[in-house]
Amino acid sequence: MMTFSPTDLFLILPELLIVTAACIILVLDPVLRASDKDGLVWLSLGTLAVCMGLTASQMNTSAAIFSGLVVIDAYGAFWKLLLYFVTGLTILLSHSYLKEERLYFGEYYGFVLLSLLGMMVMVSSSDLLTLYLGTELMSLSLYVMVGLKRSEPRSLEASAKYFVLGAFSSGILLYGISLLYGATGSTRLPEIAAAISGRNLDDPLLLFATILLTVGFGFKLAVVPFHMWTPDVYQGAPTSVTAFMAVASKAASFGAFLRVFMEGLGGLKANWSAMFLLLCLATLILGNILALVQTNVKRMLAYSSIAHAGYALIGVVATGHMENSSGIASVLLYLSLYAFMTFGAFAIVAMLRKGGIEGVNIEDFTGLAKRHPVAALLMLIFMVSLAGIPPTAGFIGKLYVFMSAVEAGLPWLAAVALIFAVISAYYYLRLVMVMYMREPSDLSSTSPRMVMSPALSIVLACAVAGVVIFGIYPNPLVNFAMQAVSALK
Amino acid sequence: MTGFPWLTLLVLLPLAGAIAVFSVNERSIKVTALAVAVANLLISLPLWWLFDASSGEMQFVESARWIPSLSINYRLGLDGISLPLVLMTTVLMPLCILISWHSIEIRMRSFMAMLLIMESAMIGVFTALDFVLFYVFWEAMLIPMYLLIGIWGGPNRLYAAIKFLLYTLAGSVLLLVAILVLYFQGGHTFDILQLSQGTYSHSLQFWLFLAFFAAFAVKVPMFPFHTWLPDAHVEAPTAGSVILASVLLKMGTYGFLRFSLPMLPDASQAFTPLMVALSIVAIIYGAYMALAQSDLKKLIAYSSVSHMGFVTLGLFMFNIQGIEGAVMQMVNHGITTGGLFLCVGMIYERTHSRQIADNIGLTKPMPRYATFLVIFSLSSLGLPGTNSFVGEFMVLAGAFLWSKIATAFALLGIILAAAYLLWMVQRVAFGVPDPHMLPKLRDVNLREMITVVPLVVLIFVIGIFPNPILTRMHPSVEKVIARVFPPAAEHASVMPRMTPFTPSVERITSQTGPTFSQETQTASEGRP
Repeated sequence: MMTFSPTDLFLILPELLIVTAACIILVLDPVLRASDKDGLVWLSLGTLAVCMGLTASQMNTSAAIFSGLVVIDAYGAFWKLLLYFVTGLTILLSHSYLKEERLYFGEYYGFVLLSLLGMMVMVSSSDLLTLYLGTELMSLSLYVMVGLKRSEPRSLEASAKYFVLGAFSSGILLYGISLLYGATGSTRLPEIAAAISGRNLDDPLLLFATILLTVGFGFKLAVVPFHMWTPDVYQGAPTSVTAFMAVASKAASFGAFLRVFMEGLGGLKANWSAMFLLLCLATLILGNILALVQTNVKRMLAYSSIAHAGYALIGVVATGHMENSSGIASVLLYLSLYAFMTFGAFAIVAMLRKGGIEGVNIEDFTGLAKRHPVAALLMLIFMVSLAGIPPTAGFIGKLYVFMSAVEAGLPWLAAVALIFAVISAYYYLRLVMVMYMREPSDLSSTSPRMVMSPALSIVLACAVAGVVIFGIYPNPLVNFAMQAVSALK
Repeated sequence: MTGFPWLTLLVLLPLAGAIAVFSVNERSIKVTALAVAVANLLISLPLWWLFDASSGEMQFVESARWIPSLSINYRLGLDGISLPLVLMTTVLMPLCILISWHSIEIRMRSFMAMLLIMESAMIGVFTALDFVLFYVFWEAMLIPMYLLIGIWGGPNRLYAAIKFLLYTLAGSVLLLVAILVLYFQGGHTFDILQLSQGTYSHSLQFWLFLAFFAAFAVKVPMFPFHTWLPDAHVEAPTAGSVILASVLLKMGTYGFLRFSLPMLPDASQAFTPLMVALSIVAIIYGAYMALAQSDLKKLIAYSSVSHMGFVTLGLFMFNIQGIEGAVMQMVNHGITTGGLFLCVGMIYERTHSRQIADNIGLTKPMPRYATFLVIFSLSSLGLPGTNSFVGEFMVLAGAFLWSKIATAFALLGIILAAAYLLWMVQRVAFGVPDPHMLPKLRDVNLREMITVVPLVVLIFVIGIFPNPILTRMHPSVEKVIARVFPPAAEHASVMPRMTPFTPSVERITSQTGPTFSQETQTASEGRP
């Protein structure tokens, strides 16, 4: 009963543009001279800008297209706009970073765009198989990007590890999808929801399918206990890719995951919210405690991103105890605010150089405030925001998430999460301490320096503007998130 | 009430000043910072006269929508309790900048900016009428203070800075949960005045009180949570110590008075024995610890623990004398201890030691300095005629109505205060100076005179004429007491043990002799 209408193509124009741009980049790369390769960056950025405009104009659309395989709605638009933004920052950051690392791969930008395409499919699919295709496209592109530093064993190890575990988790996800198909007779979310609504909630097949889907998504979201790959991959990957994964891939996974569990498995709320409560607590506790002992900033930020997934999960748990969807809105808000601060922090790590290589140890930040006061100040703002101290975006995100927890009758969960926020303040501010309160070593040859470039300045300005402005005046983002959530059925 | 946004101006001007400090050239940093702080002082002074002393309501109220989706508003206002505290802050800030004129050797620009950001946040805390806004200001000062201690502090500054930050952060996160719970229990509002009118179940009040207690008791600091204070005080630069002692500690007691008492009256009463016990332990323990110190800053830090014990003791007496005395003591402690820390800062600049043993016999080489030190010390021990006498006397008079035994123990604190302060003065002012030190001991110069003289003047003015402050706070304090003990008779059955003295405070005070509350009555009647 598949029907195809040409007008559907118009609605997926952003996706079509991205795939076209990605193909053009892949084709042009071998034939362009090295000096002309900056054009690929401009092509990517231009495409993203056009897509941003197109998606923004779809804010008020609500259409199921391609026989219900894909939906174009405000919810998808929210994530897509966030993803365009992060991808744009990633491309700008990579432009400087790849030069510094002497990685000249034009395909890189093609893979970034293909990965973005996968994410866009994920957040707008209303069929589990479309969703699966999206996650695979995203993951396959990321596997390549993680292993981009071919000369460095750590990067290759990260890529291999990520590939094996990623493939494994995809298999589990697919298994869950097939069980769900067996239980409900469909892979379309609305039909699954309709089939579940009449069923006994303790149906073992449904329970098993829910568990498998949770595990599959758990890997993508990097929540404990499915987080094992994260620190190694984040550490081994080129830092621009790490930033992209920590922010965009996490956001897209959350976007897809929330749609599946709200639209498809909404009837099983009581079951999955109990499960997510356990995952949430484990993630908060382990993520924050393991971050405490890290001496490598990239690993520390990896554990911090695990912990932040835990905070976002609080909103999901709260939704299971509530009728309204303010919990989901808080998750959207949290992840979009998290994007600014995490990306900013990774951008600084990427551009801090020590003797030609990245300065990724905490000691490498010693005395940064003396040599690069602006970079140190920005890092201070990102760290304070990650710790959730007002008046920064991190506080607003936590405020909304905890608000939904209290509204759902779980003030103890908010209290536990906040106590771990205090623990997180210790490791975030340790970096501040190193930057501001320790004297730089006198060996000037090995002392780290920041490589500034116009592109990096734009990245940092965007990130810090988001952290500060949304920390003081979050209303536009809040309203946007609420509008997006109201599109979820 | 005027339409002019006084309070917004007070909060934003230092913030703008901090940005200005970053943009001016190297030579005018200090002047700019000082000009901003003085301008803020000049803006705040008219409030003292514009304030309507006959009203216990919030004045100069400003309101604007901030985050409508959570009904969070930007609301500022002043009442008789916050007015003296705001003025104390604006008076102290220029002095903090002046005392740092030469003593800060690195990153002057950031230092001044941090001080000004702190001023914004502190004034915000005392004037916020929205709970989330309050929390934002409350937390916003953590990072500047952390940096003040950590960058410009003494040798052990890293430890002290992170200890300060983690202690206060751990205390205040539970406050956030309590605020959110109150939002859903108190009618979906963060409005402090509205929440203060609500009634909450006893069990809810119990938990909320504990959460509030965690935040405020760490800040005060009350007895078992005080250990961050000596470290932070000793390591912080002089200006940081002054701000910590004079303003930051008051935020904790202000929190008790503004939130715990009016919002959770039943729990406040139920916890009174515990609070009184902790206060008395703090008074005596702090004093004993002060006796044992050889480091001047540590001595004053422990004396702060002891003096803040008087404040919490007065607050939980729930009578006019106790609470007004406590607010008086908050202001007095700010002035006196601020002065003492300024004195220690001056001597440290000269001898680079805070040890009592290294700074003895200063009267000969530095007569003016010794005079100031003696005045601040005498004020701190509550000599009649100085400001602290008024506050401590009122607190003790209030405590006397509650329990004579508790009062007796608290009095012990005053005796011990006389002991450790006079002993310190005896050594520092009147010992035999080390001849090697003499060349370093230049007497107080003009800039330093300007930093301490205002405080000396305030000590005597408040000591002799406390009524202007008392009349202004009287209606506001009565409002708080009316919340804890509503005038209606049926409430008397809730806490029978407390009733004998509270509804008839005036009667009992007339039996115990003339107190300041009667003076304030007549004074407020005499006002037009």
